[in-house]
Amino acid sequence: MTAKLILSMDGVVIKDYPLTKERTTIGRKPHNDIAIDNLAVSSEHAAVITILNDSFFEDLGSTNGSVVNGAPTQKHFLQNNDVIEIGKYKLKYLNDQPTQTSSADFEKTMVLRAPVKQSKPEDGFNQTQSNAGAVAPKHESTTQFNATAPKVDVAPAPVAPAPAAAPTGQTAVAIIQILNGPNLGRELELSKNLTTLGKPGVQVAVLARRPHGYFITHVEGTSFPLVNGTSVGEQPHQLNDHDIIELAGVKMEFYLKT
Amino acid sequence: MNVNDALEIVSQTNPGMVRSHNEDSVTFDVAHGLVVLADGMGGYNAGEVASGIAVSVLASEVRHRLEQIGPEQKDEESGDDVGVAVLRDNVKKANLSIFNAAQSQPQYAGMGTTIVTGLFYDNRVAVAHVGDSRMYRLRGEVFETVTRDHSLLQEQIDSGIISKELAKLSKNKNLVTRAVGIEADVVPEVHLYDVEVGDIYLFCSDGLNDMVEDEDIGATLQMLQGNLPLAATQLIEQANDNGGRDNVSVILVKVKNSYATPRGLWAKLKSWFKN
Repeated sequence: MTAKLILSMDGVVIKDYPLTKERTTIGRKPHNDIAIDNLAVSSEHAAVITILNDSFFEDLGSTNGSVVNGAPTQKHFLQNNDVIEIGKYKLKYLNDQPTQTSSADFEKTMVLRAPVKQSKPEDGFNQTQSNAGAVAPKHESTTQFNATAPKVDVAPAPVAPAPAAAPTGQTAVAIIQILNGPNLGRELELSKNLTTLGKPGVQVAVLARRPHGYFITHVEGTSFPLVNGTSVGEQPHQLNDHDIIELAGVKMEFYLKT
Repeated sequence: MNVNDALEIVSQTNPGMVRSHNEDSVTFDVAHGLVVLADGMGGYNAGEVASGIAVSVLASEVRHRLEQIGPEQKDEESGDDVGVAVLRDNVKKANLSIFNAAQSQPQYAGMGTTIVTGLFYDNRVAVAHVGDSRMYRLRGEVFETVTRDHSLLQEQIDSGIISKELAKLSKNKNLVTRAVGIEADVVPEVHLYDVEVGDIYLFCSDGLNDMVEDEDIGATLQMLQGNLPLAATQLIEQANDNGGRDNVSVILVKVKNSYATPRGLWAKLKSWFKN
């Protein structure tokens, strides 16, 4: 699944260019990898640098410039479906490599080999590229990688369990309402993953928002928080709508607002 | 003040939500102020083997050396503190052990591990790391990464090819440029930092910082600094709630008191005469 550029003009596709080289040049002269014989295109107009699964677009100081996604651009880190415009021509960047944030299999850490003794290169860019060597998959995989190819071949990744939707996506918002004392009636929306309640040094509890609900856990202090009159002890305790929490002498109600 | 009484250390490791086994290894030794965390890689169970070797070599060798000489003394060979040299030498030693095991046993071929290890002594911490396991520090309100990953992405950030924000979009995560056990020699990065009472240090594998934003990690430590075991549990829970795609390990070190090394009889006498 190599990333590629699709050259088109006026909506008509002219050609596909897979980005297999470290540097793919775009320009009017025929020696360019993507040669566009049009006077609006400079002889060496632009280049796309590809490092493993990432590609970067760079205008090489062309006369008429380059436009990426509608904006004049010098340098750009290409993302799937970006559109580069050079004169009347369009180059669409396609990279349907599963992003690592959506693929468990690709999450493996690999080692890019570089000679140990070598001093740190001035140009990390080329250095890492040319030295990209054998890689060791981090997780139970026996795939052998070609020792010279910097390209990491990855089998179609099994679909990772979708990260459970955070409760923020739900319509219900959890609220803590104070039921006694000087702050009577005040409400606190549990908008963060963690919210602490109580007085530091006296008694503190934390409310954690998790995919499957809200949990209260004792943090510090000699006594434990009470939920509906019962001590929760040291373990996390899941909260239900309209539970009454007592902590450091303050009574409050937990409820879900829809 | 003894390091033993000055530090509170907790650790937790979890296979995560996707992986069937845990290739991370962690250990700590309060008496010597040592923490070690390694994140192994390699086929079958080789990842566990590599991280396990790294952790046991560090733990036993550092302890052994420190029973002979104090970490604040000067190492004759390098001129650095013994505390710095002992980490550097033993990361190299672990490297060679793993490399030799990988060479001699075909099922371990290509195994390796990242490592981050810290030694707390004399109100300082020496930190050695290789790869993308990290140490963070919470000091007051400021939570920051102390180690810099040996990864392709970090090199790209350093050379200005890509910004930190854009790096989150990169498809080249998890490519480390240095690892322990892959070659016959390795150069660990070792630095020495002053610590302050109240500091909290977090050592973690990338299973944490790939799944949980730094900001959320910092907020969790900030809120739960009164209960370190709970803070560790919450961090792992957050990584797993966000998908838990990798093994996740954390070691938390809280500096409760100053632990300056007493400076010998002469120093004591001198300060006594001054008063």
